[in-house]
Amino acid sequence: MKNYRTKIISNQEISPGYYRMRILAPGFSETAHSGQFVMFRVQRSLPPLLRRPFGIFRTGSLPADCDGLPPKEFVEIVYKVVGRGTTIMAELHEGDKVELLGPLGNGFDAPSCDGERILVGGGIGLVPLYMLAGELIEKGCNVRLLMGGRTRDDIFAVTEFERLGVETYVSTDDGSLGEEGVVTKVLERKLQKFPKAEVFACGPMPMLCAVRDICVANKTPLQVSLEESMACGVGACLGCVVKGAGHTEERPSYLCTCKVGPVFKAQYLDWNALAQSHGCGGCE
Amino acid sequence: MSETTRTTVKKPSMAVEIAGIKLRNPVMPASGTFGYGEEYAPFLDLEKIGAIVTKGLSLKPKAGNPTPRIAETISGMLNAIGLQNVGIEAFIQHKMPFLRTLNTPVIANFFGNSLEEYGEVAKRLNDIPEIAAGELNISCPNVKQGGIVFGTDPKAASEVVALVRKHLQKPLIVKLTPNVTDITVVARAVEEAGADAISCINTITGMSVDIHTRKPRIANRTGGLSGPAIRPIAVRMVHQVVQTVSVPVIGIGGISRPMDALEFLIVGAKAVQVGTANFVDPSVIQTIIDGIEEFCIDEGIKDIHELIGSLRL
Ligand SMILES: Cc1cc2nc3c(=O)[nH]c(=O)nc-3n(C[C@H](O)[C@H](O)[C@H](O)COP(=O)(O)OP(=O)(O)OC[C@H]3O[C@@H](n4cnc5c(N)ncnc54)[C@H](O)[C@@H]3O)c2cc1C
Ligand SMILES: Cc1cc2nc3c(=O)[nH]c(=O)nc-3n(C[C@H](O)[C@H](O)[C@H](O)COP(=O)(O)O)c2cc1C
Ligand code: FES
Repeated sequence: MKNYRTKIISNQEISPGYYRMRILAPGFSETAHSGQFVMFRVQRSLPPLLRRPFGIFRTGSLPADCDGLPPKEFVEIVYKVVGRGTTIMAELHEGDKVELLGPLGNGFDAPSCDGERILVGGGIGLVPLYMLAGELIEKGCNVRLLMGGRTRDDIFAVTEFERLGVETYVSTDDGSLGEEGVVTKVLERKLQKFPKAEVFACGPMPMLCAVRDICVANKTPLQVSLEESMACGVGACLGCVVKGAGHTEERPSYLCTCKVGPVFKAQYLDWNALAQSHGCGGCE
Repeated sequence: MSETTRTTVKKPSMAVEIAGIKLRNPVMPASGTFGYGEEYAPFLDLEKIGAIVTKGLSLKPKAGNPTPRIAETISGMLNAIGLQNVGIEAFIQHKMPFLRTLNTPVIANFFGNSLEEYGEVAKRLNDIPEIAAGELNISCPNVKQGGIVFGTDPKAASEVVALVRKHLQKPLIVKLTPNVTDITVVARAVEEAGADAISCINTITGMSVDIHTRKPRIANRTGGLSGPAIRPIAVRMVHQVVQTVSVPVIGIGGISRPMDALEFLIVGAKAVQVGTANFVDPSVIQTIIDGIEEFCIDEGIKDIHELIGSLRL
């Protein structure tokens, strides 16, 4: 974990409203795991004040230059323009100075493989699944990725996932790409076919709630990556907590999303509380 | 050439003393924004900062408020953490072993839910020799039953400070809330009740609404505003308090650059605390220390005390 004062290698729109930014970060990949995140700061400007959390899409390195310098290591994030900070980010160019804190948090727990692995990503929730897919494939797992979005614009990096050896299934709410409907419908079908599968999911809370319900009904192990508002990203401010399973007024259990998470095993979370604080109805 | 200039430019003396605690320089983190110190060890040398100030400690572990707890505002943030903390026993067991190894004074920020509890925590602090001082939080605006009662009423403030003073065998810093009509009244009251130093300000109560959902942006409805947005208010209040009391004052509020810290020192703060800025840049305290030092060199200041309280009116 380190604070990189560094610069942008490239910043490109990859789908309407979605950008991929490649940032120079020597040494970053050595410690980064799938599911971890970074806190990103637009160095030039004060507003927005706080850093913004972004999942790690992937790490890598550019081949050594002919000038004999060592290969340049980088980290890539993929972000959706939703507000002030991401609007500024979309206007950044190669060479612009930025600050990056990471890798942070606890990522996916992906031990050895003995069954199907089903990854469920909704919109920007696809981001942390790319590294995970790579790791799982390397371990010899069968990886199926269910990609969901509102429209075709929310689906990105399909060929990249496929190049890893992942089998992809696309669904959109409006049917503009892939199957029409919600991604959880596809999940239900897949779990009938592969009852021994393990599921890994990231996306908007209503989607996660539905995924969780399906996994509970099927007794399927589930890991989810959560998004909470963050200030510090390192466990100092206690602003990002979620309630743990079994939380009560008398015996409270608050878990830092930035430190214990952002990836949690679903059974350790209080899903009713999660659904409530994200305004999407009960989870039962 | 650089060799000679380097030897002729002497580093200024940055050391200050607050209520008998010797600080190598006047810059330290603000409570609740630096965890228990260890969280920031990867980003700066904890033995180069003035002191470490812990998250607010209470007798029993405290769960804190429902979420969402934080929201960004223009040049600031609202928080209603609700003083979540591990409690004094877990602090001693799990956090002190690390802090003990450091050659830097540790200041324990603490609070209670009742007068008695304030007293109990103070007593427990006496059992930790490595704690250099206690910083009494009578100002947290977040907890319904908590600090607000004490910090906004001069009589209640005086009562709790007197009680803690009686029990605590260490220097006592009292941290004031800005959520009062006249901060000098409370400042005077806590000085008379036995405070060895005063720190101010805590966060300013604020509110923010999501116009689409029409809900408050934090679950607690209101929260404490911190960050650059509050700095001019904080500078004004520190100025007023310095004019009122004779104990040393620690300035807090919106400091994120060396020049911000200098403002507080010039109005008379003997030291400063840096809060929200740690979230923006985890090594900002070191940057501020270096910047103050550089400023002193540029201005021909040999001792930081030449700067403290040098406001020209
Ligand atoms: C661990 C983690 C990983 C994330 N990974 C990614 C990622 O890979 N790609 C990506 O595009 N986004 C990701 N996010 C969400 C991203 O941080 C927010 O979209 C971003 O902070 C918005 O900044 P802004 O200034 O553009 O929006 P703001 O102007 O701050 O807010 C605009 C809207 O975004 C919402 N928002 C703000 N902050 C967050 C947040 N932390 N989480 C969720 N919603 C938020 C606000 O409620 C508001 O509706 C992640 C969040 C977390 C906590
Ligand atoms: C997330 C957060 C948690 C805080 N927790 C405490 C606390 O436990 N005790 C306390 O006395 N002050 C607490 N404060 C107040 C800060 O110590 C400081 O007084 C205030 O934030 C103003 O300084 P700043 O503008 O530099 O942040 C907290 C502030 C923030 C932002
Ligand atoms: S973001 Fe500060 S504790 Fe998690």
